[in-house]
Amino acid sequence: MTDGQRLSLHVPEPEVRPGGKPDFSNVPIPKAGSVRRPEVDVDPKEIRDLAYSIIRVLDREGEAVGPWAGSLTPEELMEGLKHMMLLRVFDSRMLMAQRQGKTSFYMQHLGEEAVSCAFRKALLPGDMNFPTYRQAGLLIAGGYPMVEMMNQIYSNDADPLKGRQLPIMYSSKEFGFFTISGNLATQYVQAVGWAMASAIKNDTKIAAAWIGDGSTAESDFHSALVFASTYRAPVVLNVVNNQWAISTFQGVARGGSGTFAARGLGYGLPSLRVDGNDYLAVHAVAKWAAERARRNIGPTLVEYVTYRVGAHSTSDDPSAYRPKEESEAWPLGDPVIRLKNHLIRIGAWSEERHKQMEAEIRDTVVAAQKEAERHGTLHSGGRPSMRDMFEGVYAEMPPHLKRQRQQAGV
Amino acid sequence: MPRMTMIEAIRSAMDVSMERDDDVVVFGEDVGYFGGVFRGTQGLQQKYGKTRCFDAPINESGIVGAAIGMAAYGLKPCVEIQFADYMYPAYDQLTQEAARLRYRSNGDFTCGITVRMPTGGGIFGGQTHSQSPEALFTHVCGLQVVVPSNPYDAKGLLIASIENPDPVIFLEPKRLYNGPFDGHHDRPVTSWAGHPLGEVPAEHFVVPLGKAVVRRPGSAVTVLAYGTMVHVAEATAEETGIDAEVIDLRTLMPLDLDTIVTSVKKTGRCLVVHEATLTSGFGAELAALVQEHCFYQLEAPVIRVAGWDTPYPHAQEWDYFPGPARVGRALRDLMEA
Repeated sequence: MTDGQRLSLHVPEPEVRPGGKPDFSNVPIPKAGSVRRPEVDVDPKEIRDLAYSIIRVLDREGEAVGPWAGSLTPEELMEGLKHMMLLRVFDSRMLMAQRQGKTSFYMQHLGEEAVSCAFRKALLPGDMNFPTYRQAGLLIAGGYPMVEMMNQIYSNDADPLKGRQLPIMYSSKEFGFFTISGNLATQYVQAVGWAMASAIKNDTKIAAAWIGDGSTAESDFHSALVFASTYRAPVVLNVVNNQWAISTFQGVARGGSGTFAARGLGYGLPSLRVDGNDYLAVHAVAKWAAERARRNIGPTLVEYVTYRVGAHSTSDDPSAYRPKEESEAWPLGDPVIRLKNHLIRIGAWSEERHKQMEAEIRDTVVAAQKEAERHGTLHSGGRPSMRDMFEGVYAEMPPHLKRQRQQAGV
Repeated sequence: MPRMTMIEAIRSAMDVSMERDDDVVVFGEDVGYFGGVFRGTQGLQQKYGKTRCFDAPINESGIVGAAIGMAAYGLKPCVEIQFADYMYPAYDQLTQEAARLRYRSNGDFTCGITVRMPTGGGIFGGQTHSQSPEALFTHVCGLQVVVPSNPYDAKGLLIASIENPDPVIFLEPKRLYNGPFDGHHDRPVTSWAGHPLGEVPAEHFVVPLGKAVVRRPGSAVTVLAYGTMVHVAEATAEETGIDAEVIDLRTLMPLDLDTIVTSVKKTGRCLVVHEATLTSGFGAELAALVQEHCFYQLEAPVIRVAGWDTPYPHAQEWDYFPGPARVGRALRDLMEA
């Protein structure tokens, strides 16, 4: 070693920046069907390699291949396709509504629809998700009324959250959707606590924790892994790696760990990576992890490898930090097109019927939007009352709030 | 009636609550097998099993975050942060999560957690075992903040906190765990055994949150205090001979403004005493409220006596927080004003 050698800081950089040519050739993508499917009670030590691979079911020709195929019937896949298309149209309408000034803010799911829509079908009534802002598919696939979602986004007088929450920060205990926080990763350890409670009460319900790749750098992600591992909580720990945390590429949060799934290895958790744009693969892995939790075997960490095609939010401009064509170069394709092609391949679907369904879905979403807008939008029509603002801070309103409500004249 | 120290009363509160309600769970660092570094949870794991009272990893954010999830499920977690000084990693979970679940979900999810933490100085704990962070919580909408000053209140308030459907920050003045404090560090520690408030019912009872109590009636000046400083204020009143009315606030949020206003309107003078640092401390809120509600009855400005605006020192801790000498000087100044 040389004495006094000057050190230099390593700051990771993505492969390309705007103006460059997108290149994912360095992202190793195993062939569909090539990753083995272990038993759910496998010793995590025996599947450490799965934290570095990618479980895929749909091949380039739209065939479902390999040991993870077959977790859903064609009818269920049709339903899945519909959910993803609904979410996509919902997104585009709400994005437009934001641009029209009908709400302050929106966050879309473009390219990531398979993750939440397919995962939801591995859950049972009573299970609880602790989501981030990009898992509205859990609600759509769970049958939550779209009008209610729009009322929340518009903060109108029918908003179930009385105008208190930022748009897209839904809450529905009944539909297994924990109230969303704007603070990142806080929900991750709360999910573990919820799952621990279910175990303490010898219940049968499980929890699912959700986080993005960037937020895995937050302390609470690691807190959650410690608690989940220590108490073997019945929870599925999901990491949605969509490559970008606003403008920061995933390499900044990942550091030297290789993959986000590999974070789980140090905690002794079975850690899998799955093609997040493959509805069949997401469902199969979700079902595997949920079964582990349900059978009291313990938690599982799942990394969904996907790509955020749209902007982070309506306040973001991705052209400033990544090549415009990058989403098209993403090697795992579009989840809606891939599932559509699979259904056509197995003879359960056709381009004509797809077009027809697209039109029907658009009509459904437009009708829902009209109904929601009858109640009002952020700046026009019915608004939650000012009196509502003072309610619900505590179960019982304390004297100082009563005084303030009086001062406000409500 | 049994006599208890404050730590015994706190333990008894959890015991009674766990016995009555299977949904009450207790966890935190060292609270399971060992029974807590102050022995607040001693015996609970043996009695209720290790799934109702257990050790947590050294991860305060994880402890509070997991408790929030448990409360959202329907349990009533009562967790311990080993020292209030260690709550900062959990501050985000406490203030932006626990405090707001009810509001942000319109009651869809609630958060009936109790977070116990030993607070304050007087045990030579230095800067990281002596802090009084109550003002960091009273400023947060959705939290309730409790500071008992004796074993009877500690038990009754803790049971009320555990049964409360919203998050409660339960600050335990560690200087009072084993005996009351007369403000004189060179005198031997007296025992709760000889103190009337050391008599604590063994069974379930509650001291309601949001109710202050007049500890010492008087007519010349009102002294507002809580926790350890209640004892300093009482001692000061005795030693100076000033006819001070000492009010033990017991709950800082919600605050019993009526008791304060009634007293100050009667006495016309008000002194606020706390051991947290002065600037932007809870005393500022008290002084502002008294001014707003009693201005025309006041015969002198409200005065605050508090910890100095420095980090909590180790060797100088007896010079740091208010003792009878400093409080007495302030009382005399107030009477002459």
